[in-house]
Amino acid sequence: MMKDDKDLNLNALTPALEESDLQATRKLQLELTKSKGRKKKYHKVRLSRSVGGDIVLFIILAAFACFSAYPLIFAICNAFKPISEMFIFPPKLFPKNFTFANFIDLLNLIGNSQIPISRYLVNTVWITFAGTVGHVILASLCAYPLAKHDFVGKKVINQIIVYSLMFSSAVTTIPTYMIINWLGLIDTQWAIIIPAFGFTLGLFLMRQFMDVVPKELLEAAKIDGANEFVVFWKVVMPLVKPAWLTLIILLFQSLWGTDGGTYIFSENLKTLNYALSQIVAGGVARTGTAAAVTVIMLILPITVFIINQSKILETMAHSGIK
Amino acid sequence: MISKEEIKEKRKIEKQQKKKDFRKRLKDSRISYAMMAPYLIIFITFTIIPVIMSFLLSFTSFDMLEFPKWIGLDNYVNLFLNDDVFLIALKNTLILAVITGPVSYLMAFVFAWLINELPRKIRWLMTLIFYAPSISGNAYLLWQLLFSSDRYGYINSLLIRIGIIDSPIYWLKTPEYALPILIIVQLWLSLGISFLSFRAGLQTVDNELYEAAAIDGIRNRWQELWFITLPQMKPQLMFGAVMQITTSLGIGAVSISMFGQPSVEYSAHTIVTHLLDFGSTNSTRLEMGYASAIATILFFLMLVSNLLIQKIIRRVGS
Repeated sequence: MMKDDKDLNLNALTPALEESDLQATRKLQLELTKSKGRKKKYHKVRLSRSVGGDIVLFIILAAFACFSAYPLIFAICNAFKPISEMFIFPPKLFPKNFTFANFIDLLNLIGNSQIPISRYLVNTVWITFAGTVGHVILASLCAYPLAKHDFVGKKVINQIIVYSLMFSSAVTTIPTYMIINWLGLIDTQWAIIIPAFGFTLGLFLMRQFMDVVPKELLEAAKIDGANEFVVFWKVVMPLVKPAWLTLIILLFQSLWGTDGGTYIFSENLKTLNYALSQIVAGGVARTGTAAAVTVIMLILPITVFIINQSKILETMAHSGIK
Repeated sequence: MISKEEIKEKRKIEKQQKKKDFRKRLKDSRISYAMMAPYLIIFITFTIIPVIMSFLLSFTSFDMLEFPKWIGLDNYVNLFLNDDVFLIALKNTLILAVITGPVSYLMAFVFAWLINELPRKIRWLMTLIFYAPSISGNAYLLWQLLFSSDRYGYINSLLIRIGIIDSPIYWLKTPEYALPILIIVQLWLSLGISFLSFRAGLQTVDNELYEAAAIDGIRNRWQELWFITLPQMKPQLMFGAVMQITTSLGIGAVSISMFGQPSVEYSAHTIVTHLLDFGSTNSTRLEMGYASAIATILFFLMLVSNLLIQKIIRRVGS
C-alpha cells in the first residue's frame, strides 16, 4: 500500500491537472527558479550609479568585511600556533611554525577524562538530531493549515505567532524551568529537545514560505482523491524544501552549541559544548587547546551554511511581515 | 404586521442557525486543527503559559519551595524605588538598545544592499563573511583575547606600538570601557537573520521597476533606494526590525561571559543579567516573584518598542 502512495508525487499529478492548474504550476516553478535566473541579469551597469559613490561605498563594505572576518581568522590561526607563539610581543596574526599540537593536546586531554568524549558527542548529536527533526515535522504540519486552510481562529493564531517573535526567551526562563520540572523532564535530554520543537521563528518562516504554494495545485491533488495528509506530505513538503533547510540550519545552530544549561546534571548526559568548555576553563596553560576547541565548534555551523546559502536566501525572501 | 413575538422567534432561529453553522465550520476544519495540535500544544506549554505565569508571579513573593504569596505591586515598587542596581541595568539596557538597535538595523540593510550589486561569486562570499559571526556559537569569546588586559592582548599591543598608550589598559575591568566594548561585540554579532532577510528581499525586487524608474527621471542611487527599493521591501524591513529590537533589548549572555556576573561596578549589567541574577536556579537568591517582575518589565519593553517601530516603518515611502 505504501508503494502506491509513493507514486502520487508531483510529477504523477501534473498530467491530471487542468490548463489553469498547469499554469499555476509553471508559475510556481518559475518563482522558485527565478532568483537563479535573475542573478545573472542583475549585474548590469545602471544609469543611477556614480563612480565616486561606488568607490566610497565599497571601501566601507571592505572595511566592515575585515572587522567581521578578523576575529574568526584570528581564531583559526591561533589554533595552529605553538603555545610559545601565542605570547610574543608584538603578537602576530599568522602562525610562523604551523602545528597541530593544540589538536593533539585536546585529544590527549579528552582521552584522560573519566567519561569518553564519544559519549558527549553522541549526546550532542542526539539532541541536535531529535530537536531538529521533531521541529521541522511539527512546524510544517502546523504551518500548512495556517497558510492554506480556512478555519475559525486562523487570524488569531497567526497574530499570536507574530507577537511571540517580539520577545526573547529570557522573558520566560523561570516559568519554563518550572514547567519542565512539573513535567518531570529535569535531568533528561528531553528538557532541551521538546522546547526546541516549539521554536517560533521556524514556524513563522515555514508558514510564510507555504503561502506562495498555489491553491490550485492543492485542489487538483484533492480532486484526484488525496486526503489532507497526503497532499501535505506528497505535494507541499517537496515544494517547500528550501524552507526545511532553513529551519534545519537555524535549529542546528542553537542546539549544536547547547551546554545543557540548568536542566542537565548527570555527567553522562552532558553535551560536547559543556565538555569542551570545561577544558577551556583550565586557564592560561590551555589557551592553545581552547583555540582548537573554538575552531571545532565553529566549523560545523559554518559548513552547513556554506552548503545551503542559496536555499536559505530563497526562504528568507518570504520572511516579511505584512 | 409582524408581532414582537414573531420577531423574537425569528431571531432565536437565526441564532441557532448561526450556532449550527459555527459548529459545522469547526467540524469541517477538524483536520486543520488536528494537524496544528501537536505544535500548538508545545507552543502553548513553552511560550504562552510561561508568559502568563511570569505576569502572575510578578505580583507574588515566591522562592520555588513554598506556594507563591500575593503581595500586589510590591515587587514593582521595590524595583523602581529601592533597587539601585535595577536602575543601572535599565539605563544600560536602554543605552545598548538605542545604539545597537538602529545601528545594527542600518548595517544589516546597507550591507545587504551594497552586497546585492556585486558579481555573484563575491556576493556569495561576502554574505558568508558577514553572516558567519552570528552563527559561530560562542566564538565571541575571542574578543576576550583581543581585549585581553596584558601586553599580549592584540588591541593593547597595537596601541602601544602606535604610541597612543604606554602601559596596557585593563579593558574588561574598567567600568568606562564596558559598554563601548559590549556595543562593539554586539554589532559584530548583529548581522544575523534580518541581514539574510534583507539580502533575500533585495533579490526579489523586480528589475523592471528600476528600468522604468530610470526613464521616469530617477537620477541617483539614493532616490532609487527611497522611492523603489524601500517600499518594495517593507515586509522584510518589518521582520528585520522585530529581530533587531528583540536582540538589542535582550543583551545579556555576552555581557555575562565577557564581563562576569556581576560585572565591575555593574558597568555591563543589563535587565537580562539582573533577571538571571535573581531568577536563575543556580543563583543563591531564588527570588522568583521579583525576577518575574523584571521579566514582565522586559516583556512589555520589547513588545511596546516593537509595535511603535512597526507603526513608523509602515509609513516608509508612502
